[in-house]
Amino acid sequence: MVKLDSHVPDGNISEKWSNHKFSMKLVNPANKRKYDIIVVGTGLAGASAAASLGELGYKVKAFSYHDSPRRAHSIAAQGGINAAKNYQNDSDSVFRLFYDTVKGGDFRSREANVYRLAEVSNNIIDQCVAQGVPFAREYGGTLANRSFGGAQVSRTFYARGETGQQLLLGAYGSLNRQIHLGNVKMFPRREMLDLVIVDGKAQGIMVRNLITGEVESHSAQAVILATGGYMNVYFLSTNAMNSNVTASWRAHKRGAVFANPCYTQIHPTCLPVHGENQSKLVLMSESLRNDGRIWVPKKIGDTRSPDQIPEDERDYYLERKYPAFGNLVPRDVASRNAKYVCDEGRGVNGGRAVYLDFSEAFNRIGTEGVKDKYGNLFDMYQNITGTDPYKVPMQIYPAPHYAMGGLWVDYNLMSNVPGLFVLGEANFSDHGANRLGASALMQGLADGYFVIPYTLGNYLTTEKPAKVDPKSNEFKEAENNVKENVSKLLNVNGKQTVDSIHKRLGHILIDKVGMSRSEKGLKEAINSISELREEFWKDVKIVGKGSELNQTLERAGRVSDFLELGELMAIDALNRNESCGGHFREEYQTVEGEALRRDDEYSYVAAWEFKQPGKWELNKENLEFDNIKLATRSYK
Amino acid sequence: MNGNHIHLTLNIWRQETPSSKGNFEEYKQNVSPDASILEILDEINNHLEAEGKRPIAFESDCREGICGTCGLVINGHPHGPLPKTATCQLHMRNFNDGETLYIEPFRAAAFPVIKDLIVDRSGFDKIQQAGGYVSFNTGSAPDANNILIPKQIADLALDAAECIGCGACVAACKNSSAMLFVAAKVSQFALLPQGQSERYERVQAMVKVMDENLFGSCTNTYACEAECPKGISVSNIARMNREYIVAQLKTEELAH
Amino acid sequence: MGWFTTFTRSSIGKKFIMALTGSLLMIFLIIHFIGNMMLYFGPKAFDTYVDTLETIKPLIRVIEVLLALIFIFHIYNGLKLWYENKKANPKKYAVNGSRENTDIYSRTMAITGVTIFVFLIIHLSTFWATFNFGVHPNTEYPYYTIVTHWFQNPFYSLIYIIGMIVLGYHLNHAFESAFQTFGWNHKRYTPLIKKIGTIYALILAIGFASIPIYFFLMGGK
Repeated sequence: MVKLDSHVPDGNISEKWSNHKFSMKLVNPANKRKYDIIVVGTGLAGASAAASLGELGYKVKAFSYHDSPRRAHSIAAQGGINAAKNYQNDSDSVFRLFYDTVKGGDFRSREANVYRLAEVSNNIIDQCVAQGVPFAREYGGTLANRSFGGAQVSRTFYARGETGQQLLLGAYGSLNRQIHLGNVKMFPRREMLDLVIVDGKAQGIMVRNLITGEVESHSAQAVILATGGYMNVYFLSTNAMNSNVTASWRAHKRGAVFANPCYTQIHPTCLPVHGENQSKLVLMSESLRNDGRIWVPKKIGDTRSPDQIPEDERDYYLERKYPAFGNLVPRDVASRNAKYVCDEGRGVNGGRAVYLDFSEAFNRIGTEGVKDKYGNLFDMYQNITGTDPYKVPMQIYPAPHYAMGGLWVDYNLMSNVPGLFVLGEANFSDHGANRLGASALMQGLADGYFVIPYTLGNYLTTEKPAKVDPKSNEFKEAENNVKENVSKLLNVNGKQTVDSIHKRLGHILIDKVGMSRSEKGLKEAINSISELREEFWKDVKIVGKGSELNQTLERAGRVSDFLELGELMAIDALNRNESCGGHFREEYQTVEGEALRRDDEYSYVAAWEFKQPGKWELNKENLEFDNIKLATRSYK
Repeated sequence: MNGNHIHLTLNIWRQETPSSKGNFEEYKQNVSPDASILEILDEINNHLEAEGKRPIAFESDCREGICGTCGLVINGHPHGPLPKTATCQLHMRNFNDGETLYIEPFRAAAFPVIKDLIVDRSGFDKIQQAGGYVSFNTGSAPDANNILIPKQIADLALDAAECIGCGACVAACKNSSAMLFVAAKVSQFALLPQGQSERYERVQAMVKVMDENLFGSCTNTYACEAECPKGISVSNIARMNREYIVAQLKTEELAH
Repeated sequence: MGWFTTFTRSSIGKKFIMALTGSLLMIFLIIHFIGNMMLYFGPKAFDTYVDTLETIKPLIRVIEVLLALIFIFHIYNGLKLWYENKKANPKKYAVNGSRENTDIYSRTMAITGVTIFVFLIIHLSTFWATFNFGVHPNTEYPYYTIVTHWFQNPFYSLIYIIGMIVLGYHLNHAFESAFQTFGWNHKRYTPLIKKIGTIYALILAIGFASIPIYFFLMGGK
């Protein structure tokens, strides 16, 4: 059993963070340079953390498996970043952003963390503007805002459809400045393969140099993981090709507990899968649902082209089932219903796609009007699919997008392993069971710019800045572990490619641990995943050596971790006998078929402790809601 | 969205180490017009791996045209023949049945080949580290709306800031010049009020590192703009020239 | 290092020198062009023009030295850039895509530049040398006669015509490129500058090239 203490400070929710900031102990400025800090991952959370800690004077070592920090997948976020600035005078406030986020997360997040997130959201915008991030502006020169799902106020700041890119490049700039000043040393093309724990504390990492294959050890007084989400476990997702769970997972296997792995977000407006050889799924901005109408044929197996299907033979199923919100229901509801109609065989040509039809909008605002609003998205659609969305309705289907679950952290963003901090999508902390649009960028930067610089110092005051000996037994043991694992993979010498096994894992997960889950399906999934894992270790084929650039070996290591995580996701989903947010259990729905939360029994964070492959122990952190009344979400 | 397969002959550059000579290898492939060129490489690799042969090393990440990781030269064009499209978004329907493609890594002295189609673009990071930022510590920012920026200026700055750092400009340039890449960052901050304090030091520092890293100079052929997947304009290069010349003329003044 | 050395050693500085010397040469070409056009006004007009220049010989010599320096700087710097750029891009692609992504004028600056240099040597060793130091024919209008004499030679005329076509190519890019290098780029004016550059290159190339054609066809009348 692990003791899970959230370390949430006492006091009124609106004062917790400021009180805590004052009560935390400080590291003397002159002493800061004596501390080595490791930051793994240099996306939004990692780059902003490494830069801010470098500014404070710590000696930071930053690691990325990319050739440059600018490649991190934060760069692909399109829509925007939320902040409670209330620039639109529409009654926004820190409390409202806090409220929307907790409610959007279906009451499965920790109140104090979310409140702090809302509180620092404004500082993020200030910070980014000062860095020269070119946010969209009004003609008068003030910042522009747009609306986003799950909120009734206009609080999303954006830079065209490239907000993630601009924010990441801002953080990348700050990081570059610290590299230039010598406060941060950047280690690109290194993949973290193990966490080193000395005296019960995280004191180092093992990385593999992806160019030479060399295993390197790095020591520090604290290790920060900002390594992103694990949605590539589904094989096909909107995540980048290289996104993986390995750094988190290796830390998990060293004792860090993994929280709520079953909370996964499947985004409704993505391009459908076109063939077995498809490598990744592409997201289209959710804003399309503002003017597009979603429908499928009423008849099963109707293969007529969409223009041949008359109006009364079409089923606008979201408008039919949710007259109040219609096509604008939250992500999880829209995704689930797309799955249902396709399961019935009513998808486009009987396959897995639904129509997103703009003909009503063409009539209402004209082709030019649609072009003005969505021109770039329509172009992107045409480029990828080769069909003209101005003539033929778009086809969309949900795709795995974001992981709300992740390593468990306390209020200070420290895991249960002292000295191991986890930021951004890699932790579980702020989004509960469902993340609202434009909140991921907010969380990544809040953690990196405004939380870790304070809480890390507090931890370090308990640590002597003595050099950790990278030749100690613990480091040697970790090094051997990594080397053994690599040679074990290379020596299987079976017949199946890494991708083919990954693909099969993805099929199991999307089918049984995807948008809709059942006890029976989950039990089957647990069995088939553990069988698949055995098969992997008996029959995987990896060409090449460990002492060179070997992309197959890199993928194999990641897939071996996904094969363990996948099972835990199913176990967690089976344990959670309720429906909430992205986790929908068929057994737990209202008579109308909506998610049925069971607050009395499941108002807790499920934090899993690794025992051995296939064996985990459940730890619970109870969630208390003192500031927001628990309520059922309704979009009827 | 299903079309008939087309048959292609792909000549792909294979080079095991940075120092080995390298050569083209021919692969004949039936491809779906809906697949992207990187998915074709995935497919070839799957066959190679199944046969126990070394797969083709190439880089890609987001496959949405924004991370700038991928970058192949296809028939002499960085990111292939389609304008304003990154390699990962180049679909096979843009090619004809029976066509022969030559797929090569970016070629420039500043981008040495690491393996097959992977090159080392760390020179770009070094340039950015020299000054591609506003020196500004976390935490001291004034309210965001205290800095008013006319929409036109913000848009122009964003046009430049959209650079994805893929290196296609260098790969396309007969001189392997990085001017478009550097100019994009210099322009962003030269335009915005936030960039003014370091405006002239920045351009000097970045150009200095650019020159030190084996990139050639600009002879205004504008191949960079033609091949840029984000369509970054060469007017940014003009702006950087101006900034640099003014900076040099002002150096003495700056030294005080 | 002083700012001047830093500047002239930087890639942008070298380009600036190219643009600056090039611009001065372009101005010189206009003056040269106007002078040459005197040929169309007959022997008297042309020789009067040359004689006028003779009266200010010392000034002309100074200008010539300056011009020579500018030329040398332009050529030396151009060759240096060419060499450095070759070094920056040592390996070519199997398929050359430059035809689609650049225009021929900008692509061929080095080769047209070298061609013009060769032409310049021929030009100086014939006209300039004869005008200044050669034996002048004993006629009323010696300079006009020299021109007539040279352009009787079809081979020499052909070299001239080719030289001028190459010059036109070089100038078409040079004009617009100089503006770009100086940093004078504007959404509204740059297209106009490009047009003016093309007109300038056309007028000069056609105008200069028309002279040997004219003399060749006239047969020395």
